[in-house]
Amino acid sequence: MSLPFLLEIGTEEIPDWMIPGALEHLRSLFLELLERQGLAGENVGVDATPRRLVLRAAGLPERQADAEELVLGPPQAAPPAAVEGFARKQGVAAAALTVQQTPKGAYWGYRKKTPGRPARAILAEALPGLILRISFPKTMVWTGKNGPRFIRPIRWLLALLGDEVVPFEVGGVRSGNRTQGHRRLGRPDLEVTCASYEAVLRANAVCLPAGERRAKIRAEAEALGAVVDPGLLETLVYLTECPTAIRGDFDPAYLTLPREVLVTVMKHHQKYFAVERDGGLAPHFVAVMNAAADPEGLVKRGNERVLRARFNDARFFWETDQKKPLAARLPDLGHVTFQAKLGSYLEKTGRLMELARALGGDSHAVRAAELCKCDLTTELVKEFTELQGVIGGLYARAQGEPEEVAQAIYEHYRPLSMEDAIPATRAGQVVALADKVDTLRGCFAIGLAPTGSRDPFALRRAAQGVVRILVEGKLSLPVRELAGGNAELADFLRDRIRYYFREVRGFRYDEVNAALAAGWDDLPDLEARLVALQAVRPTENFEPLAASFKRIQNILKQAQFAEPLPIDPGLLEAGPEAELFADYERVRAAARGLGYRAALETIASLRPRVDAFFAKVLVNTPDPDVRRNRLSLLRSILTEFSTIADFSEIVTNF
Amino acid sequence: MTSYQELIFKLKQYWSDRGCVIQEPYDLEVGAGTMAPETFLRVLGPEPYRVAYVQPSRRPADGRYGDNPNRLYKHQQLQVILKPSPADVIEQYLGSLEAIGIDLRKHDLKFEEDNWESPTLGAWGVGWQVMLDGLEITQFTYFQQCGGIDLELIPAELTYGLERLAAFLQVRDSVYDIEWTPGVRYAAVRYLDELQYSVYNFELADVPTLWQLFEIHEREAQRLIDRYPRAPETAAAAKRRYPLLPAYDHVLKCSHLFNTLDARGAISVTERVGVIGRVRKLALGLAQAWMHQQEAAAAL
Repeated sequence: MSLPFLLEIGTEEIPDWMIPGALEHLRSLFLELLERQGLAGENVGVDATPRRLVLRAAGLPERQADAEELVLGPPQAAPPAAVEGFARKQGVAAAALTVQQTPKGAYWGYRKKTPGRPARAILAEALPGLILRISFPKTMVWTGKNGPRFIRPIRWLLALLGDEVVPFEVGGVRSGNRTQGHRRLGRPDLEVTCASYEAVLRANAVCLPAGERRAKIRAEAEALGAVVDPGLLETLVYLTECPTAIRGDFDPAYLTLPREVLVTVMKHHQKYFAVERDGGLAPHFVAVMNAAADPEGLVKRGNERVLRARFNDARFFWETDQKKPLAARLPDLGHVTFQAKLGSYLEKTGRLMELARALGGDSHAVRAAELCKCDLTTELVKEFTELQGVIGGLYARAQGEPEEVAQAIYEHYRPLSMEDAIPATRAGQVVALADKVDTLRGCFAIGLAPTGSRDPFALRRAAQGVVRILVEGKLSLPVRELAGGNAELADFLRDRIRYYFREVRGFRYDEVNAALAAGWDDLPDLEARLVALQAVRPTENFEPLAASFKRIQNILKQAQFAEPLPIDPGLLEAGPEAELFADYERVRAAARGLGYRAALETIASLRPRVDAFFAKVLVNTPDPDVRRNRLSLLRSILTEFSTIADFSEIVTNF
Repeated sequence: MTSYQELIFKLKQYWSDRGCVIQEPYDLEVGAGTMAPETFLRVLGPEPYRVAYVQPSRRPADGRYGDNPNRLYKHQQLQVILKPSPADVIEQYLGSLEAIGIDLRKHDLKFEEDNWESPTLGAWGVGWQVMLDGLEITQFTYFQQCGGIDLELIPAELTYGLERLAAFLQVRDSVYDIEWTPGVRYAAVRYLDELQYSVYNFELADVPTLWQLFEIHEREAQRLIDRYPRAPETAAAAKRRYPLLPAYDHVLKCSHLFNTLDARGAISVTERVGVIGRVRKLALGLAQAWMHQQEAAAAL
């Protein structure tokens, strides 16, 4: 008979962002358990609300299959006492033994049968350990210093195999057939079966399927005019058991505050969706309750009052900050530490201005570099740290700085993530580069390069930003120079370049290696070479030629032949060798001045001559002059045609 | 309508009914109820304890001259410590909200992750901010460590923001409009307090004097901690009478002076870490000595 299985770990509210990972881990731990114990099981599914992690499966057997093993005893010819002894050891009479024919001869043997254990017993034994093995970024103890660790206290455990409870205990809580409804809208002690479970929860104001909660929030919020931010949506899915969206209003007078500030307050601080109308913000918000309804409007009114207080604060800070323009705040940066060994933000500002000039920034870029950190001393940024830069840009605009300056300050922290765009303006790109390059140089110089997963100064993100700004902003600034002569930093940047083209842009790893081997100081140029390489790669001659290039490289390496001599046409053998030389000259002339793609196509046209050469000509000929001349020809071909990409890095099937 | 003081009475009664000692506020300046010895020292060691008290909490940097409707230099917390935390601690907490007149079936309540850490006290815990209709009304923490020491019994700490709760119950947009008791507004009781302390903390506090005071209290705290008779041959009774509680007062003084200097803008970011480290050293040293003293006293 096959049985359904239900496990619900009832907890106090688990941090929303940890739930999806925990569920995935729970599922894989359970699958491993089934596999290890030889238990079948199908449709293993997981789901969760903030107060419960749930795993359900179907088709579990009542018990493991019986196992049979053959235990060999003494040879058939052994004295009866030995045979008796063996039987005794197995716990059976000698009559139960049979003679087994083996390659070594005939032996007494016993077919030992081990009955499969009940699945319920196996689960009861394994589940406590399995539950406590679910990994969370941060755990706690609640029963005392040496108690079990979990993300939040476990308050009940529901474990059913078929109709029966799987009995076990974790942290003083015994498993049973009971669950709890919604904290305020459901009942606290509910008996369930595998079949009734989800419906009982639903009747007690708990919507178990996260997918259903997600769809409900989205549909209701959109119907109320909300802009549904996907990240916030996920947060709300795992912050509620019974989500319902409501719309609240705020005084349109607050719309004079910058949109960025209003949205930050709503989204980050209050977890509200903003509402848009005609491309601008409307004086409304959408909150998601963990409740079914707000018939008296109390929740709406409460949320409106909180938002009003928050907006009031923001307005107060905005007005206070205006009393001291950004430029007047420069001296204050002397008191704000950038990093203990790297000095204050005032010192950093000096370096940024210099870097902005060195990177070819215009006067707007240099002015932006001068002012870009001043918002760190404003009340609004102290309150909304996530808006640093943005606030500076808005203040610069309000205080009459040129638009280019304001824009560059506004966007100089970008890109904040892989998905975020780079600064749109040249001045913004220059200041953003200067800021990141200064941080990278400084931190690497004082030994703060990231190690393993530890990267407290977010240097990987800074370096990735540098790479993206150079490539996507088409800035041909020498990467090694940006590294300021620090070899470790240059290597770090090269790793980020490789990562970017492979993981973000999707180039094949050997193409990236081939293009990088031909140089990576000029990133827009590197990108152009990669694009050409990718385009030419599928053409008929390319991979065979790449294989030949690898062969050439091996020959030269074996011959320890580094420096080519000028080729003496007189020493060339008529036929394939002379023809290859002529073709080399032709291609060299033809490729000159072509775009990368056309040049690569032209180079690929060398293939028949190279093939013919290798088919007919012996490189290691006895005559040393002819040999040296031949190697020089090969070296010249390799050198001449590897400036776009090193073909020998291409992985081929030839 | 529930007045501000009725709110306090009701909460105290509720927790008194659940076995808590009802304490009065600690009579020194503290930044939070956690710093009062009834929390900081009581959570250490193996003795169960339940206590509730109102604690005026002073945060010099939060002063706004009495102008801002939501921010106060000094606000009041109702601090509850349940050591060890009972299995139904959240249900008990929800019961306290019902007790002050909040019908939870008509409101929205969420527990949002908010872990608490106090570097100066060497203390941390995990928990939530409890959001009622979008308003943070309580900080709920399971302490894990205090004074750098792993706790034996895990206490639940509930910290209610009393002004916020009262403003919520009375539907007021400004804390100053809260009715303290019929006919008396919050402003009438506290406005001058907010105004004058803001002026002092932001404008008139004499920085060299505050530094001197800091150093005096630091020295005295350290002297007492250093002289605590740890030696095994010291009699338990001699250990028990040793004045660690007065030493802790000096630690609290240092903490408050640090906050005032910080509000005054007298501490650069670089210095900050160093000064926090000095207070932390005192708190950790005191907690260690306190544990030792408790063990010695238990043998008596």
